[in-house]
Amino acid sequence: MASLSRSLTHFTKLGPLLQGTRAVTQVPNVSQRRTFTASKPFPVAQYGGRFTVTMMPGDGIGPEMMGYVKNIFRYAGVPVDFEEVQITQDSTEEEFENALICIKRNGVALKGSIESKYGDVSSGSRNATLRTELDLFANVLHCKSYPSVRSRYSDVDIILIRENTEGEYSMMEHENVKGVVESLKIITRKGSERLARYGFEYATRNGRKKVTAIHKANIMKLSDGLFLETCRNVAKEYPEIEFNDMIVDNTCMQVVARPQQFDVMVLPNLYGNVVSNVICGLVGGPGLLSGRNYGHHFAVFEPGTRNTGLSVAGRNIANPIAMLNAACDMLEHLKLHYHAELIRDAIDQTLNVDMIHTTDLGGQATSLDVVQNIIQVIQASTKENKW
Amino acid sequence: MAGRLCKSLIGSVRFAGARKYSSDVRKVTLIPGDGIGPEISAAVQKIFCTAEVPISWEEVDVTPVKGPDGKFGIPPAAIDSVNRNGIGLKGPLMTPVGKGHRSLNLAIRKEFNLYANVRPCRSVEGYETLYRDVDVVTIRENTEGEYSGIEHEIVDGVVQSIKLITEPASRRVAEYAFQYARNNGRSKVTAVHKANIMRMSDGLFLRCCREAAERNPDIKFEERYLDTVCLNMVQDPSQYDVLVMPNLYGDILSDLCAGLVGGLGLTPSGNIGEGGAVFESVHGTAPDIAGQDKANPTALLLSAVMMLRYMELPKHALIIEQACFETIKEGNFRTGDLGGTAKCSEFTDEICKKIEDLKS
Repeated sequence: MASLSRSLTHFTKLGPLLQGTRAVTQVPNVSQRRTFTASKPFPVAQYGGRFTVTMMPGDGIGPEMMGYVKNIFRYAGVPVDFEEVQITQDSTEEEFENALICIKRNGVALKGSIESKYGDVSSGSRNATLRTELDLFANVLHCKSYPSVRSRYSDVDIILIRENTEGEYSMMEHENVKGVVESLKIITRKGSERLARYGFEYATRNGRKKVTAIHKANIMKLSDGLFLETCRNVAKEYPEIEFNDMIVDNTCMQVVARPQQFDVMVLPNLYGNVVSNVICGLVGGPGLLSGRNYGHHFAVFEPGTRNTGLSVAGRNIANPIAMLNAACDMLEHLKLHYHAELIRDAIDQTLNVDMIHTTDLGGQATSLDVVQNIIQVIQASTKENKW
Repeated sequence: MAGRLCKSLIGSVRFAGARKYSSDVRKVTLIPGDGIGPEISAAVQKIFCTAEVPISWEEVDVTPVKGPDGKFGIPPAAIDSVNRNGIGLKGPLMTPVGKGHRSLNLAIRKEFNLYANVRPCRSVEGYETLYRDVDVVTIRENTEGEYSGIEHEIVDGVVQSIKLITEPASRRVAEYAFQYARNNGRSKVTAVHKANIMRMSDGLFLRCCREAAERNPDIKFEERYLDTVCLNMVQDPSQYDVLVMPNLYGDILSDLCAGLVGGLGLTPSGNIGEGGAVFESVHGTAPDIAGQDKANPTALLLSAVMMLRYMELPKHALIIEQACFETIKEGNFRTGDLGGTAKCSEFTDEICKKIEDLKS
């Protein structure tokens, strides 16, 4: 009964958001990829059979990564056209508005990270402003160990659901007296509730057993207290999912000692930033994982740790896997599962079978080596297709 | 307000007077704490006695008492003791649950204006974790930042919490970071911030750090985003040396580093104020093993060693530290939390034996 009323109330709002995830009935074990054969049907045509997606390369390694994505999409025959919009810190307000309109028109975007010039206090971070303007309230990061990547822990499988629009990133600061700066952290019940609900729905639909809320309510009693209380209230509606909470500094200690104890974590903005970077570091670094940002109307896909990678830009050593995983997430969101599978299997083979690792994973390969191997695998798989 | 100002002025004059007599036996305030606190404090006292450290202990109790204004606070005797001596060693405290009691740790920090929290995290040989080469010191601003405690509910369902960053506090902690680096032979100070998002507040903090770096050109300085530091710390902790940061980031990062070396049971911690310092163990009171001679005094012992270095008694500090690390490395007398079966008293006796050997 409870679950029926729950689905009726929330399915309409959250349904589209959760379609990017694999439903339990289709793929019971998310880690098993469907091996694909040459006799797959053609994709169902929609609006002429092709999708248009906004592409924002950003700074640093963004432009070269986007180049690889476009290249691989061409070889895989992906029916997606990219509308490129370049936004940097120096872009005018009008250009930024146009970029937002472009994303709103297409509904889906693939994004690199925009570098911030933090000496300038007049404008906020472009990345954060984009997320608030599009109301992308949930950032989902699936941290899963890769079998062939050398890391200290090999069986990590944690889903991080991080609040993306409020909290410490509200960017409201003022200097009332010279030398005294106040920065506001805003937590709302509405924001916490929709995030918690997203977290529990995600856990339910993907066969997850436990949700942990991360907070610092012993010190910030009102703000994190509100977040925690809201999570607890939502947890009552999902009695089959185990719920517990943990203080953020204890979480960091536990994650470093025993990450297998965590399943799904629900976090406010800043703690999400810290914990996601800690876990990404444990799994193998910033070059592997992708992050998905969901709102009620729009979805934006990007590399998980949101690095601009300025130190490795233009040197052919950056790891393209993160951006390619983000591109595959985007394809799944668009329901282009055949192509998503095709590219994911190629990535899987390149990393785990052919063992082509870039320097951040301890190997010697260049970015182009990785991309070319992926293309070769795709070409071999699609030999039978008479396109 | 004026009374408090006078009191703090008089307090600082007293500090200056007390510090001059460094060759005499110095008095140190000892706060044993709750739970396992008394036994580990006793262990530390015994070890110091064996090492013949020129210190006399003054034990005080900080259980909150009702003041004349009806509010619970630290007893004035304890406050006077720390003000007089300028140095304190504190065991784990249990904050009683319930309204009316402020967090005792917070109260001590505010009372003595302890502006920097220093936590050196070093891998301990003999207690192996997956991280072998950790040698990081986190210096965290201790008085303001996100823990200012200023929160309001603006309308029902919308809460705002204020993060306060001030120039004097940031400048103080930045200067201390470079001073610490110099006094302890460290080569690099990294400022950790999130100035891409919180431009004004972390921007101010960063500016103060940069100014301090210019005044201390012999120490290398770099600035990193918080997420980059977290990412790299978990992959390769050896690339960081001294980290300086505002309150919240410091809290999380210092606990992260403690987790890398084996937990809070092995991590010392010191709170430095303008006129004095309080060194403490940051683990909990462990009421389940209290009184059973099972506790591990290493954290409190290493904090006491930090205290000796602060008091400029490096020879005694080195002897005690060496004895402690060697005992853990040999492995015959490890307490339960390190995977051994020794009792607290056996561990303490072994350290005392080693000190005797080292002294002769």
